[in-house]
Amino acid sequence: MAHLTEGVEGLRSIPALLGRNAKIHADSPAYREKEYGIWQSWTWSEAEREIEALALGLLKLGVNEGDFIAIIGRNRPYLYWSIVAAQMVGAVPVPLYQDASAEEMAYVLGHCGARFVIVADQEQVDKVIEVQEGLHQFEHMIYLDPRGLRKYDHSHLHQFSQVQDQGRAAREDFSAELERRQAGKNYDDICVMLYTSGTTGKPKGVVLSNRNIIETAKNSAEFDHLKTDDEVLAYLPMAWVGDFIFSIGQAYWTGFCVNCPESPETMMTDLREIAPSYYFAPPRVFETQLTSIMIRMEDASPLKKRLFHHFMSRARKVGPKILDGEPVGLLDRLHYKLGEALVFGPLKNTLGFSKVRVGYTAGEAIGPEIFDFYRALGINLKQLYGQTEASVFITQQPDGQVRSDTVGVPSPGVEIRIAENGEVFYRSPGVFVEYFKNADSTADTKDAEGWVATGDAGFIEESTGHLRIIDRAKDVGAMADGAMFAPKYVENKLKFYPNILEAVVMGAGRDRCCAFINIDLTAVGNWAERNNIAYASYQELAGHSRVLDMIQAHVEEVNASVAQDEMLSGCQVHRFLVLHKELDADDGELTRTRKVRRKIIGEKFGDLVEALYDGSDSIYTETEVTYEDGRKGKIKATLEIRDAKVMPVAPKAMAAE
Amino acid sequence: MKDTEGYVTADGRQIGGVLMEMRNITLKFGGVVAIKDISFDIREGEVRAIIGPNGAGKSSMLNIISGFYTPSEGEVWYKGEKRPPMKPYEVARQGVARTFQNIALFEGMTVLDNIMTGRLTHMSAGLVSQAMWWGKARDEEIANREKVEEVIDFLEIQSIRKTPVGRLPYGLKKRVELARALAAEPSILLLDEPMAGMNVEEKEDMSRFILDVNDEFGTTIALIEHDMGVVMDISDRVVVMDYGKKIGDGTPDEVRNNQDVIDAYLGVQH
Repeated sequence: MAHLTEGVEGLRSIPALLGRNAKIHADSPAYREKEYGIWQSWTWSEAEREIEALALGLLKLGVNEGDFIAIIGRNRPYLYWSIVAAQMVGAVPVPLYQDASAEEMAYVLGHCGARFVIVADQEQVDKVIEVQEGLHQFEHMIYLDPRGLRKYDHSHLHQFSQVQDQGRAAREDFSAELERRQAGKNYDDICVMLYTSGTTGKPKGVVLSNRNIIETAKNSAEFDHLKTDDEVLAYLPMAWVGDFIFSIGQAYWTGFCVNCPESPETMMTDLREIAPSYYFAPPRVFETQLTSIMIRMEDASPLKKRLFHHFMSRARKVGPKILDGEPVGLLDRLHYKLGEALVFGPLKNTLGFSKVRVGYTAGEAIGPEIFDFYRALGINLKQLYGQTEASVFITQQPDGQVRSDTVGVPSPGVEIRIAENGEVFYRSPGVFVEYFKNADSTADTKDAEGWVATGDAGFIEESTGHLRIIDRAKDVGAMADGAMFAPKYVENKLKFYPNILEAVVMGAGRDRCCAFINIDLTAVGNWAERNNIAYASYQELAGHSRVLDMIQAHVEEVNASVAQDEMLSGCQVHRFLVLHKELDADDGELTRTRKVRRKIIGEKFGDLVEALYDGSDSIYTETEVTYEDGRKGKIKATLEIRDAKVMPVAPKAMAAE
Repeated sequence: MKDTEGYVTADGRQIGGVLMEMRNITLKFGGVVAIKDISFDIREGEVRAIIGPNGAGKSSMLNIISGFYTPSEGEVWYKGEKRPPMKPYEVARQGVARTFQNIALFEGMTVLDNIMTGRLTHMSAGLVSQAMWWGKARDEEIANREKVEEVIDFLEIQSIRKTPVGRLPYGLKKRVELARALAAEPSILLLDEPMAGMNVEEKEDMSRFILDVNDEFGTTIALIEHDMGVVMDISDRVVVMDYGKKIGDGTPDEVRNNQDVIDAYLGVQH
């Protein structure tokens, strides 16, 4: 692939890469989207024409260099084109989370001062219209799906296809200007601005330059030997840096095809049809998938069940070894081959993982059980550690060095340093330019030499050079007796049980730890069905005494395992309760990327925290909830609080993971 | 309002001339008079509701429109012509499609196949050709599938395309039924209690779909509904029936303030 790497100097922007791909990969597919039940596809040269038409249309609408163009919607080729078209005309694309509420959107649109907004459908149009009063710079909105928008005032509203048509018609007038703007592209110009979801405070606009994105895309594509004929499924939020790197950065660098699902609900079917060779999913997706496999196996015929369990238990031992190229006996190999034919092959096919060559998970810790399951099937699932500020990659696991408890070695071009307090710092070509209009935060995060604080505490394993992350640095605290308190460490152990969806462990500055638990409705609901336990609602199931018994058993097992860890044995959960509602981003309890917001939960459920620590057996509470349409309601419940058995702290026992 | 003139609705839509007119309809079952001398019209592009308490004769009226019942007296005029007594399938061919109060889908067939049956009136290939899936049958099926996929996309049921209907929850079945009716590309869409048995969220979804269908395809919609709130929100004009008689007809506001209607719904003090 010499021709790919040689031209870096000339290829200083995504539109430049598009131009190259349209020449050398002209007829290979660039985008696919399932619509009307069929995979529609566009080659690189077709994509270039579409993007160019849109760019010309944007010029006609009066987009200036340096304008911000917000892009809101689910993964669709048209919206990816919008990003590149915005870059073509010298504007800055700002993808937003499509499920953000109108107020959240108002903040971001106001903060970047977007003059143009490109949205997917009526739902997003309505949200922008709702908040446009407060947006002084906002001028024009372009929408994709005209459904329901016929009667809207179209003085500032334009249909995507019409903007393209107008662009094509006005080619004569604007093509010179388009060329001029493209030629002026610098390697250090802004490529994209992405807002971080922010576990605390307002979202921050992370400015990433062409250099950040292209260098990172190049390094990471080489690391995993990505090829032109690789396939990805673009289904993660477009506002998330990972999607930007995979579906824009790496896709344009290597020229592989980006496939967009038909709708969020059909994601799993589409995954199976596309069978991507390069796949990314947060641990949650793998977890849900495993839970559903296990549930379906419970319902399968006895023969299938036995076959599955027989081959899986063997595969767990030899599968990962075969994947890592370690020596495995001939008999085991043959046995594994048979399993591949009878069980693993069909299973992978059902999951859409038949062709996965490189699979990644990141964002949260993944349970060793879950991780090993996929590795046992022969899926090359690896972990990476990244941040928006790093253009994703900080560390990643090379093929053949994969473990569930580390996040890998520094990615190519990345330097890592661990500070006194355990916080991880990094420096790389992908390090962001700045937080937009927020010099203070920029200075807090990035020092003069370019080192960036991750906010995570971790250490580098001496024997292997792999990085291990313990927790968020600011969440790592001390308990009343001075013992180290790392809530996430315990929460992750709890969440590895399929029955537990979410856990929040408290204990900083206290004499012992307590926890809130969220049950997983799918897993627990299925269990209830099989055990003839009737329930009418989530709340009722969550409060059922046998569910509590089950959760208590899980908590006690976790306590036993936490007790083994010398440093963290004080973090055992003494008391817990099962929450009467699912923690939800709409209620502000989770971020949009589903990370727990400790402070908000602590305040909102203050009465419950108090009850956990004052020794009472039950507590009556009322909680405000927000429905999807923004209305508010209240749910009332009396929650039972359970004591869990804790292990005596093992003195001197070495930390055996 | 003259037959050909139409009117403009509160939200600015232009409603056309009369598409269907019921003239002095009476329906008797033996000695029981289900409908007594009712006249009203349905105009092109409007959402027309028929409401009334239980046993008012609403469903009987819908069955007359769809050709299932032939009125004992009175005339049905459709597109400016008097309609002779017809079988339901003949009425369907004229562009009248309907959904049913108690969902009438093929439970064992997939959603896609169910909706494809809605295209039946648009197929003409013979049995042999269909069985061999060759020539005309093949071209026809491809064209029809395209139309069906548009409907699937419109009603956002892509994820259940290949799911057997029997496995779907009630609210989705209702949506599939609407899809099948829409696939027929009707001039008039008859909806028999489209929201019956739904929760608030499902009702909101269904209301939105009904309005979108009317807005996007310009389909004339006649619906029967129990839920007064929904009816008043989405209809342009409402006919109110009670004990087989028409007691009110007009815009939702007019009907709401009609004393007879209030009496029928809330009861009269004796």
